[in-house]
Amino acid sequence: MTTTPEHASAVPLRVLDHNDIFRDEVYEKQFEGKREFEDAAPKEEVQRVLDWTRGWEYREKNFAREGLTVNPAKACQPLGAVLAALGFEGTMPLVHGSQGCVAYFRSHFARHFKEPVPAASTSMTEDAAVFGGINNLVEAMENITALYKPKHIAVSTTCMAEVIGEDLFAYIGAAREQEVISQDFPVSYAHTPSFVGSHITGYDVMLKGILEMLAKSPDADASKVEKSDKVRLNVIPGFDTYVGNHREYRRILELMGVDPLILGDHSSSLDSPADGEYFLYPGGTPLAEGALAKFSRASLLLQESTLRRTAEYIQKDWKQDTIVLETPLGVKGTDAFLTAVAKVAEVEVPAELTAERGRLVDAITDSHAYVHGKRVAIAGDPDLVIALTRFVLELGMIPVHVVSTNADPTFKARMEKVLSASKFGAEATVWPEKDLWHLRSLVFTEPVDVLIGSMQLKYISREANVPLVRVGFPIFDRHHLHRFPIIGYTGGLHLLTQLVNTILDEMDRNAPDHSFDAVR
Amino acid sequence: MTTTPAPTRAETEAMIAEVLGQYPTKAAKFRTKHIKANDPEGSKECEVKSNIKSRPGVMTIRGCSYAGSKGVVWGPVKDLVTISHGPVGCGQYSWATRRNYAHGHLGVNNFTAMQITTDFQEKDIVFGGDAKLETVLDEIVELFPLAKGVSIQSECPIGLIGDDIEAVAKKSAKKHDIPVIPVRCEGFRGVSQSLGHHIANDAVRDHVLGTGGGTFEQTDYDVALIGDYNIGGDAWASRRILEEMGLRVIAQWSGDGTLNEMKSTHLSKLNLIHCYRSMNYICTTMEERFGTPWTEFNFFGPSKIISSMRKIAEFFDDEIKAKTEAAIARYQVRFDEITKAFRPRLEGKRVMLAIGGLRPRHTIGAYEDLGMEVVGTGYEFAHKDDYTRTYSMLKEGTLLYDDPNSFELEEFAKHLKPDLMGAGVKEKYVFHKMGIPFRQMHSWDYSGPYHGVDGFAVFARDMDIAINSPAWDLLEAPWSKAGEVA
Repeated sequence: MTTTPEHASAVPLRVLDHNDIFRDEVYEKQFEGKREFEDAAPKEEVQRVLDWTRGWEYREKNFAREGLTVNPAKACQPLGAVLAALGFEGTMPLVHGSQGCVAYFRSHFARHFKEPVPAASTSMTEDAAVFGGINNLVEAMENITALYKPKHIAVSTTCMAEVIGEDLFAYIGAAREQEVISQDFPVSYAHTPSFVGSHITGYDVMLKGILEMLAKSPDADASKVEKSDKVRLNVIPGFDTYVGNHREYRRILELMGVDPLILGDHSSSLDSPADGEYFLYPGGTPLAEGALAKFSRASLLLQESTLRRTAEYIQKDWKQDTIVLETPLGVKGTDAFLTAVAKVAEVEVPAELTAERGRLVDAITDSHAYVHGKRVAIAGDPDLVIALTRFVLELGMIPVHVVSTNADPTFKARMEKVLSASKFGAEATVWPEKDLWHLRSLVFTEPVDVLIGSMQLKYISREANVPLVRVGFPIFDRHHLHRFPIIGYTGGLHLLTQLVNTILDEMDRNAPDHSFDAVR
Repeated sequence: MTTTPAPTRAETEAMIAEVLGQYPTKAAKFRTKHIKANDPEGSKECEVKSNIKSRPGVMTIRGCSYAGSKGVVWGPVKDLVTISHGPVGCGQYSWATRRNYAHGHLGVNNFTAMQITTDFQEKDIVFGGDAKLETVLDEIVELFPLAKGVSIQSECPIGLIGDDIEAVAKKSAKKHDIPVIPVRCEGFRGVSQSLGHHIANDAVRDHVLGTGGGTFEQTDYDVALIGDYNIGGDAWASRRILEEMGLRVIAQWSGDGTLNEMKSTHLSKLNLIHCYRSMNYICTTMEERFGTPWTEFNFFGPSKIISSMRKIAEFFDDEIKAKTEAAIARYQVRFDEITKAFRPRLEGKRVMLAIGGLRPRHTIGAYEDLGMEVVGTGYEFAHKDDYTRTYSMLKEGTLLYDDPNSFELEEFAKHLKPDLMGAGVKEKYVFHKMGIPFRQMHSWDYSGPYHGVDGFAVFARDMDIAINSPAWDLLEAPWSKAGEVA
């Protein structure tokens, strides 16, 4: 029997689920019996091929691929556009094109954030593919306005709309003419073809679209800027799925006596309280504040590859200091960030932050012996991978394989600069535009001690028996990591905790009895 | 246990009118046809319209044709490489999220939980993607030598740029001597996942069905398990029952399924279909082409499991009937143990559902076996024949909604105040914020199986976990009650 009665009344019957139930002999026999109908390859043949896929010969074939992509660590543009939109107050993301895309974006984010993700589609079908989707967009605006009462609609596109060449600007104009939305109702838009770039590109162009719209809105009036002793700085985190990071940027800047304006702040919209009431738009950068962003002292952009177009736009149109920094992970990353803020805002770094720095350094000294010399593979979005690499180098870890499927042409040079700054960086090989099937080959042929990346690396982790430290996006299979910061000194402490304890867990798990130490 | 009395048809109709009153005129006119107070007799005035386009902008919960073909029908076939043909997104978002369990080594003889794509770039759109597809097929054969074949799942651009994937597939199949199956499931086709199911079934019909067999001896008790995607191991739990009835399952469609099983399904003596919506097409085809009878069944919960077992046994001889009765007698002990444990904790609880496929009706009996009542239900992508199968299963006045969207589900939940909501991950967290217990009823919320005898125990346990979690008592801060400090 597969269950045993339990006495505790809160759990009236101990029930086994898929994790255990199929270990039962009945099922073992069923699975063996099913093979007869599968025409399955003999087990020895499967083993032979499995071994072959883990070797150097396979690695060469795998890296010779010209067309095939297997397990890429990237998604498509409109996903990023939806995230950008969710960073603004009262904003409904509307994706023009086939409706299935939006179902996917909403599910994808819901699985990561464990939060509701509002986003609408214009639900184009075959007739719209032939005649164009103007009516779909107009009716979508009408229905959204009636049912979901947004303050702003941010329109992006699926590949279907892009292939047939839809004109968003004209369609939005038509919606105004037909009076389904008023002449001054805020609508921003961006063309986000899935066959160009990746989700980070979509984030960039949608953010730029929103900022452009806001900067031209009636609210973008210098007289509306509140007088304050504090210097206002724009902070643009980019495609950053850590809501804790947004809050941490705010906290750090406030500690420094600076007035932060986070552009694309989804920390409330994607991390809202459960209190019995559902709010469709629980947060985001206030639109009126966003409109004043061009009057801030400077903009700090914290993802260079992701925010290229936004940075160009701000520099050219807002004519303010446009400071593009590596994402501030770890000690030196955060040092650079604070130094830049202090310089541009003409403020001092307060003792409290210096103490936080000291605590992170203290924690690193406590843990250094366990992380030192550990070989790591890192995969993810280019800006995150660069920042993570710099952090692990600070810890004395050895980056071996560095993969970024959606790396841009600057990635390799930026990466090499980071690697060459540390003697721990000498062994690393950098793999732009490679996927996680490439990484599998790399890990099997040149083993590592730790993997760092999204949950999508879990297959390699299990197969190669290498622990995975989950950092980045998406993380569907562990809870709440994204609610804590990974940027700043506090974020560094979280990352270090994850890293060192993963290594210690692994050490305990594999320790012979005599080495199963009580103190580490 | 006290329960709110069931609303009358008039009361439900008034509620519907109130919710639809918030729509613009045009959309209200369309939506009215899709939301009804149930009449168990299935009268004309209560007929729910279905399989019609979603209104733009309403936040439909529906997906697309690609999702129906790749995600539902083809993706679970474990020894085929499934190519998501087009840009990277579709395959990325549907990678391993449906939980179609399968035995085998990923990337060696099992290709289910993988994202294999042609990753279209701008040049592929401009110059066409056929050349790239051909290269990709060559590379798949080289890197995945144990793959028995390849299916090409078309994403939106394929049908718009005029690619001839059929020609590429044919050429490649000949070159490599394996089936290469082109599937025209572009996401813009049709109104939901549903057309994708149909297109996928047609591709099976045209490229796979009846092309194999003979790798095993036939018996009089050979059946095929159709429309079970082995979510959390569902098909294995169902297969266990069929085997204990004395039947031999020669094919699983398509959870933990293989190309060989699909090729030899025409040898089945009876096709047993669980998810009618997604695979009725192939059952009809086999009936027409091979004379194979088929029957629907329901393996959710004791009542339906027992009646389905007897219904299936009727197709066979006395030996099978005797084995079936013996199995039922054994299962009854287990069912009693499960309901004795969980029913007192769930009795009288009211459930709202919004799901796809078969579940909006097929799970009703399982809830009822636990003393629970379905007070509102509806389908994402049903057709008329799904609703005609549903009316009689529900009380008069029960709310029925077709293609319900975010707005409607939230509004109806506010009116009906269910004790449990069952829908998908897009809906889940809305209801958590509202303090309404929730179970994802597409993926079994990462649990399962829910099919079969073993599945019913998990189903009962999970509903208990959702409803009786102490977490729901924590929502209100002590100082926020009626605006007063405690």
